[in-house]
Amino acid sequence: MKTLKFLIEKEFKQMFRNPLIPRLIVLFPTMVLLVFPWAVSFEIKNIRVDVVDHSKSVYSKRLTDKIAASQYFILHDTPPDYNAAMLNMENDETDMIVEIPASFDVDLVKRRESGVGVAVNSVNGTQGLLGSNYVMQIVNDFSSELRGELTQTLPPQTRVSFMRLKKMNIVPQYKYNPALDYKKFMIPGFMVLLLTILCGILPALNIVMEKENGTINQINVTPISKMNFILAKLIPYWAVGLVVMIISITLSFLIYGLWPGGGVVAVLISSIVFILSVSGLGIIISNYSETMQQASFLVMFFILILVLLGGMFTPVSSMPAWAQAIAAINPFNYLTTAFRMLYLNGSSLADVSGNLLALGAIAVVLNGWAVFSYKKRG
Amino acid sequence: MKQFIAFVKKEFRHIIRDNRTLLIILGMPVVEILLFGFAVNMEVQNIRVAVYDPTPDAFTTGIAERIRQNSYFNYRGSVQTMDEMEESMRKGELDLAVVFQQNFQEELVHSGEADVQLLSNSSDPNRGSIAATYATAIIAGFQREQTDLIQIPFQIQTENRMIYNPLMKSSYMFVPGIMGLVLMIICTIMTSVSIVREKERGTMEVLLASPLKQGTMIFAKTIPYMVISFIDFVIILLLSYFVLDVPVNGSLLLLFFVAILYITLTLSYGLTVSTLVDKQVNAVIFSAITAMIPVLMLSGMIFPVDNMPGALQALSAIVPARWFIEAVRKVMIQGLGVTIAWKEMLVLTGMTLFLLGVTIMKTKKRLE
Amino acid sequence: MSKKVIEVFNLTKKFGNFTAVDRISFDVKEGEIFGFLGANGAGKTTAMQMLCGISMPTAGEGTVAGYDIIKENERIKRNIGYMSQKFSLYEDLKVWENIRLFGGIYGLSDKTIAEKTNELLKQLDFEQERNTLVKYLPLGWKQKLAFSVAIFHEPRIVFLDEPTGGVDPAMRRQFWEMIYDAADRGITVFVTTHYMDEAEYCNRVSIMVDGRIDALDTPAELRRRFSADSMDEVFRQLARKAKRGDQ
Repeated sequence: MKTLKFLIEKEFKQMFRNPLIPRLIVLFPTMVLLVFPWAVSFEIKNIRVDVVDHSKSVYSKRLTDKIAASQYFILHDTPPDYNAAMLNMENDETDMIVEIPASFDVDLVKRRESGVGVAVNSVNGTQGLLGSNYVMQIVNDFSSELRGELTQTLPPQTRVSFMRLKKMNIVPQYKYNPALDYKKFMIPGFMVLLLTILCGILPALNIVMEKENGTINQINVTPISKMNFILAKLIPYWAVGLVVMIISITLSFLIYGLWPGGGVVAVLISSIVFILSVSGLGIIISNYSETMQQASFLVMFFILILVLLGGMFTPVSSMPAWAQAIAAINPFNYLTTAFRMLYLNGSSLADVSGNLLALGAIAVVLNGWAVFSYKKRG
Repeated sequence: MKQFIAFVKKEFRHIIRDNRTLLIILGMPVVEILLFGFAVNMEVQNIRVAVYDPTPDAFTTGIAERIRQNSYFNYRGSVQTMDEMEESMRKGELDLAVVFQQNFQEELVHSGEADVQLLSNSSDPNRGSIAATYATAIIAGFQREQTDLIQIPFQIQTENRMIYNPLMKSSYMFVPGIMGLVLMIICTIMTSVSIVREKERGTMEVLLASPLKQGTMIFAKTIPYMVISFIDFVIILLLSYFVLDVPVNGSLLLLFFVAILYITLTLSYGLTVSTLVDKQVNAVIFSAITAMIPVLMLSGMIFPVDNMPGALQALSAIVPARWFIEAVRKVMIQGLGVTIAWKEMLVLTGMTLFLLGVTIMKTKKRLE
Repeated sequence: MSKKVIEVFNLTKKFGNFTAVDRISFDVKEGEIFGFLGANGAGKTTAMQMLCGISMPTAGEGTVAGYDIIKENERIKRNIGYMSQKFSLYEDLKVWENIRLFGGIYGLSDKTIAEKTNELLKQLDFEQERNTLVKYLPLGWKQKLAFSVAIFHEPRIVFLDEPTGGVDPAMRRQFWEMIYDAADRGITVFVTTHYMDEAEYCNRVSIMVDGRIDALDTPAELRRRFSADSMDEVFRQLARKAKRGDQ
């Protein structure tokens, strides 16, 4: 235990002597939290629409105006025909084409029903789907508006049964994030991302750097225990991670008014368990790598998998079964879920204990492996 | 010229001899394109739903049954109290609760109106609102059948067409993004780390003192990396086409050209990084952070650039991957030609020239 | 006859098909300065690393400081010091910080470390450099520091791998004075070198060729046996048989 003190002291001195790392610990979280939450949103606004109006009637004009007035759409152009509109889409000037047929008004009045065509750029599938849904909503609103105005024109029989319609009021209530603010959802994810990058990359480079510099030999001829050596490598990253978390918690409160309903202590405790597991992974990578370049490719490889299959950007529940199985051993997934519960759902430490247990188990396995894979004798 | 070729050969041998690194560089994109191509998607599925129904009747059980049978939902049965429901939602075990009012059917028949509330866990706003939308559609459908009503007048049908991606596969959107991300990371780290390693060991100074001109020498060093990166791109493309079923609708030649422009750009960025730091650790950290985070957040890979506030859209313009991803989407998926994609290609070229200029200036300064 | 602190029998190390060290057997007595000679690639470093417990022998047996080199390698490490061929103190730590680190690893207390550090720096005339980052020291000074750190915890044996590689003759002489001082304090010195003049300073030398020990005796006896004027000539006669080139 006494030797541990000297080793930890050494790791800290080396860390602070690097011109980049101390600045990184402070500036990186600050930058990320200041800038990127504003970039992440699936909230679809500003969809550019071209309306091709073959009808040129009062009704088609009203529908066009309704689309233009919607918060979701920007009326980009009203080209004369579909091909002209399509050219706009190819030039990436418009996202959606609404085509109103020539018989639109006649059909409405005479046949009491009509139709419009919607074509949407769906390279981004979600955006395409939501965009066409919004148009459908506007069209539906428009048709009920017309219903109100035109009911008197209906034959009495139809009018009566139409008035007797029973109505189920469907009232959606958005819990935990009533304003549907995407930033609130993503910020806990950003915190996990910061921890993963800093506490994953730095340890992954650490031991392999000692290998390249030859200092590892000088350590290996000493009676130092493997456990102490690995612990001394891990503990400084705990400190790094905690500093990062404190900065992140403070900034997300000051800038976004976000405070963990589940308590700061719960957030910090979860972080500590998580840091152990990613740092352990880093050390394993370092042990198996011969050069820094290998270590850096490997650590980026794993970080990408942790992040992209970890539920930060896309939901784990929509992944295929095998990917969900990977998520079940992915520490990133457990901490992101836990943070979101603590921050948004107001869950308590007890509520996230399942996630913490899983994280703890992953940490034990990874660090056991880290100690095991560190070979003092070749 | 002879010297030049000899030098390129030497660099090649150097890289090929380290077969562990080579395996990682060529294997990494394979695993990642397959993992992410299949697993990363935005679809909202497996919505865990429970029903709170104080007075079950024909209508409420009918609606519950519809929800149970719907493939988007994962029906978790009914809860007895609102507290129970609140708790499991807080624990993250529930995404949506359908709450019927007391005596639902009776109210509906007698007063002509009855309330059903949809409590959706919207910590994920996307998932929360889509879950509520799905449930609304199911209930509305049930209502339409039950009320056995006459044709509602003045309906306007919308006929939707999804252009470029009729099946709305997430892979169409993500594959170009993953290409941009993986190439950026590999190319930047590969160049910056290996050059800084030579700086660290002092072998760079020896090379710079050789009769080859600096520019030529740096160019020679990057040729092998260029070849490897291009092989990576081809591997990714083959997997996307044959395994992920992403089409190549445009000209393959143009696509290769875009890829070469982007690879040159990312390698140049690696060179620039190598002039800014002098330790391998810092080269890795710097490359990793600047290559990964902006691509994930600002390139349009996941979050559409059009949705961002103006300042961030401006910031995203300096992210190389944004232009590459846009160009690949246009050429590969939308099947458009150079008349449309020239803008992106021009930006990629301009960025490359800028970075090479900075690199050469910085290198000169160091030697003086 | 004094005690033997190193005894090995048929020690072998293979890397794949390549036999780096081929069935070597020898012993080293307590307090001796034992020279371990050989051309580059002869297997000196590998042999030394097996003795230090950082390389696992493929075959053979032996003891160092009374402990088995196969099973008790961690115990051996308590009793030895090691200075590797490539300078391997921490370049981004200061002089005193390196001393403190290795003192601490061997279980010395803060107080002992502080006292011994002062003493050491005075002895080496290094007091001005106490707070210098090691990377800024000239090579000769680095080597001296590395040696001092290797014997800071008073080991029974110190292993030196090419300790004077690349330093000027004056510095080499100073370095050998330090080695003699250590030997006088009872530390056994096991040193590899390819400077043949240095071989003369050793009590006994062994000469490795292609992974095997081809000769082992006092320098005087070796010169006599090979009827040579200098160790250099002895070495050249033996090295002529070598098949491995410089690697």
